[in-house]
Amino acid sequence: MTESTMKPPKKVLSPVNWMRQHLFSTWYNALLTVVVGYLIVTSVGPLLNWVFFDANFQGSDPSDCSGAGACWLFINQRLNFFIYGFYPDELQWRVDFMFLLLAVSFVPQFIERFPGRKWLGIFGMTGLPLIGFFLIPGGSFGLEQVESTKWGGLMLTLILAYIGIIASLPIGTLLALGRRSEMPIIRGLCVVFIEVWRAVPLITVLFMASVMLPLFLPEGMNFEKLARALIGITLWQSAYMAEVIRGGLQAIPRGQYEAADALGLGYWRKMGLIVLPQALKLVIPGIVNTFIALFKDTTLVLIIGLFDILGTVQSTVTDPAWQNVAVEGYVFVAFCFWVFCFGISQYSQKLERKLDTGHKT
Amino acid sequence: MKKQTIDSRPAGPKPWYDPRVRSLFFQVVAITLVFWGGWTLVDNTLSNMESRGISTGFGFLEESAGFGIIMHLVPYDATMSYGRTFWVGLTNTLLVSAMGVVAATILGFVLGIARLSSNWLVAKISLAYIEVIRNIPLLLQIFFWYFAVLSNLPSPRQSVDVGGTLFLNNRGLYLPEPLTQDGFGLVWGGVLAAIAAVIGIRLWAKKRQLATGQIFPTFKVGVAILVLVPIISYLVAGRPLEWEIPALKGFNFGGGITIIPELAALWIALSLYTASFIAEIVRSGILSVSKGQTEASKALGLPHGLTLRLVVIPQAMRVIIPPLTSQYLNLVKNSSLATAIGYPDLVAVFMGTTLNQTGQAVEVVAMTMAVYLTISLLISLFMNIYNRAVAIKER
Amino acid sequence: MGNPMTEQTQTSETQSSPRSEAGQKPDIIRVEGMHKWYGDFHVLKDLNLNVKQGERIVICGPSGSGKSTFIRCLNRLEEHQQGKIIVDEVELTDDVRHIDTVRREVGMVFQHFNLFPHLTVLENCCLSPIWVRKIPRKEAEASAMEYLERVKIPDQANKFPGQLSGGQQQRVAIARALCMKPKIMLFDEPTSALDPEMIKEVLDVMIELAGSGMTMLCVTHEMGFAKTVADRVIFMDGGEIVEEAPPHEFFTNPQEARTQKFLKQILQH
Ligand SMILES: Nc1ncnc2c1ncn2[C@@H]1O[C@H](COP(=O)(O)OP(=O)(O)O)[C@@H](O)[C@H]1O
Ligand SMILES: [Mg+2]
Repeated sequence: MTESTMKPPKKVLSPVNWMRQHLFSTWYNALLTVVVGYLIVTSVGPLLNWVFFDANFQGSDPSDCSGAGACWLFINQRLNFFIYGFYPDELQWRVDFMFLLLAVSFVPQFIERFPGRKWLGIFGMTGLPLIGFFLIPGGSFGLEQVESTKWGGLMLTLILAYIGIIASLPIGTLLALGRRSEMPIIRGLCVVFIEVWRAVPLITVLFMASVMLPLFLPEGMNFEKLARALIGITLWQSAYMAEVIRGGLQAIPRGQYEAADALGLGYWRKMGLIVLPQALKLVIPGIVNTFIALFKDTTLVLIIGLFDILGTVQSTVTDPAWQNVAVEGYVFVAFCFWVFCFGISQYSQKLERKLDTGHKT
Repeated sequence: MKKQTIDSRPAGPKPWYDPRVRSLFFQVVAITLVFWGGWTLVDNTLSNMESRGISTGFGFLEESAGFGIIMHLVPYDATMSYGRTFWVGLTNTLLVSAMGVVAATILGFVLGIARLSSNWLVAKISLAYIEVIRNIPLLLQIFFWYFAVLSNLPSPRQSVDVGGTLFLNNRGLYLPEPLTQDGFGLVWGGVLAAIAAVIGIRLWAKKRQLATGQIFPTFKVGVAILVLVPIISYLVAGRPLEWEIPALKGFNFGGGITIIPELAALWIALSLYTASFIAEIVRSGILSVSKGQTEASKALGLPHGLTLRLVVIPQAMRVIIPPLTSQYLNLVKNSSLATAIGYPDLVAVFMGTTLNQTGQAVEVVAMTMAVYLTISLLISLFMNIYNRAVAIKER
Repeated sequence: MGNPMTEQTQTSETQSSPRSEAGQKPDIIRVEGMHKWYGDFHVLKDLNLNVKQGERIVICGPSGSGKSTFIRCLNRLEEHQQGKIIVDEVELTDDVRHIDTVRREVGMVFQHFNLFPHLTVLENCCLSPIWVRKIPRKEAEASAMEYLERVKIPDQANKFPGQLSGGQQQRVAIARALCMKPKIMLFDEPTSALDPEMIKEVLDVMIELAGSGMTMLCVTHEMGFAKTVADRVIFMDGGEIVEEAPPHEFFTNPQEARTQKFLKQILQH
């Protein structure tokens, strides 16, 4: 009918208008913009110079660094150590293979319509750790043994975070079920377990694992340092995992439990077939978030003497051979962590938004 | 078996199929396992400690520690007991936690509000800060401030000198220390009087508003009183305050207040890191107040400032406070990263040095964990009280 | 106050409501050639409307036709980009003082009540009188209780909104708006979020309010209400005022095809 051809007045937002609206709308906004803008402009130039233009990328030893900019060749030189720790050079293909498997299993999870990504994910949670269990330490199937004291760098960081999550999933699930159980003693035990672990810092847990675990065990029985750290991390992480999963269990409407009861399913079938599949799907973003937190927290193992990626860098920057490369080293590690964590957190936020709309009727 | 059907009572389920019996059975099994496991651990531990010649019990707390601690809020020297090291560590932990909570809260609220600013640049800067800082491990940030920034400061002889009173070097930040002289009591009196006056004015202003509707600028007047009265009383008392200026003695500074680099690095990193989480909490708290609420408030004629103060902030705070307290708890726990750079907090001093020297792992670890458990319980107690208060008020 | 816009409006005065007796008084709301866009989307197209003091107007039309947007422009919850809106002789522009003045004189009731959940019913009602009109609390409370009595829920005064039913909440919302003693009341589908059994209690309050001579603009699909109360019914479609007539004419003899179609659909219900 009367289709209007009128355009809104001053519809076209010229850059000047845009700036007036978004940067200079009031006097204090204008002041803020000027101050912040000045700070950015004056710091970006020197920063770019340091990172790129004055930086040294080529060369083999500290004397090749001019000192005017960043000394990136230091990263180049020590990259092998930062990724593999002391893992023997000729056996590093094993680690590379695991990296590849990891990428194949999880990168497709970011791509919406990747065929069979669900199966790749399931493989990543089951088959992959199994392969890694034999491949990385070696010692069977004719593979040469590599002691865990030689593992380090990014590889160790990933192992700690990955095993921490995988192992804490089933324990956390049981704890969450226990905390919602109708049996008071079971519930009480689970509550105490969860709350105690959540109350204490990870460092105390790691100290405990490295100092107290040997005391707890019968004489003659002992674990390597890495295994002790993993036990500590897993117990600690299970408590957090339990709380995440409990959130999912609580979000499942009562009707689902009642429907399962009405079908005559017993407790384990009810939980295993009806409730948990729905709850776990709901809490995937929460699990991903705890993974990010754990991933960052694995750096603490350097305090008990393991060489994760931060540990390898730290031991290099305090090495007198390389002077004053601390900033470069930290920037490098920060960048590695940031790429991982930011990428994964964007993914989990996307998932959260999707689940959010999916669950509202 | 069949004979039982003659029984006049309805046949109960066989014990194994009775849910109550089952539940009882499981619980008895569970508790037995826990006790058995616990007993085994205790047994192993005792025999292990015996074979290593480690004594048990809390007697060690009375023994002399014999090691120095670089920073202590309670009097301490190496001749004092291990029990004393516990208090030194605990107070240091509480100090850095309190400093961190204050700074992180201020910065977090500023960043969270900036994130919602109508100023594009400010909003984006805040977003960038949050996304960068919270995705980098805290330990790395502590290292960065300690090893890359603070250690690269000049040596004491080349200190950064701000007006001859404040010195910054790689041994720490040296501030003048205020030493109160005779007559300073008057200033304290002035401060107390000012606080009392502000409280009085607030009560009076509220009463007057209830009675006449007039609104008194309590905030501005209150700030003026709080600033002016102590200053005036200070001048009247004849400036009874002297500053002890730090001075270079030999290789280092003496006198004044020292903030050691370990404390500074830990404090800066904890505050910056926690602030990025608090900012997100604040932002989502403010956004959680629905648009309908601000619209209704505007439609009633409340101007923007009052809409924020009376409608948005009270509702947002209810959403903000629970996750905020859990961030505070995280900050307290994270302060234990002090160990990595040698700030003498509870974990570093007690679970570190004391444990190493005495070997009494069980007692030391139990005491340390008890401290964190207590703090955590206190915070959840506060949360429960708060939640109950809110629930009663709203429902 | 005192806006120099009076000469222009004399011309449009001629087409105002036939029922109004007070021809001398200037119209309390004047909308002239008003347009509004959301980005590129032209929501309101060339709206003209004059409302006399004490007039009751019902606005209806299909969903998405711009009814809410229109009445929200009248207290500047939305801003218009072209044309004039003059409320009680104050023109709505970017000037904050004008906006605050107008909002004090105009009460609004929303579809979803929008009561403040952290305040009791009484506090909801007193908030604005105390902070904006600067009335002593005692007086504000006494007057709020009067309005709560008028909407028949004085006994709920100390409860929180979450403890009330939808119908009760909407009546509190009406009382809250009335506590500012507004000259004009705007209603945006006040009954459409309510269960059927609660609609009547809210409509009764609105009918009583209409009887007291309040100037009212209601967006509603309650045709019974329109018939008994309205002086004029306005039909909007596609952002335009399609038809405007006294209720009797509007329902028995609609002129426009779009109106006929709409009435058919709504009366089938
Ligand atoms: N904030 C907004 N941004 C963009 N479009 C909007 C906005 N609010 C409403 N609209 C659009 O404007 C039109 C009119 O909306 P509305 O006034 O709410 O209609 P009604 O109340 O008549 O159902 C609708 O098509 C709606 O999609
Ligand atoms: Mg509408």
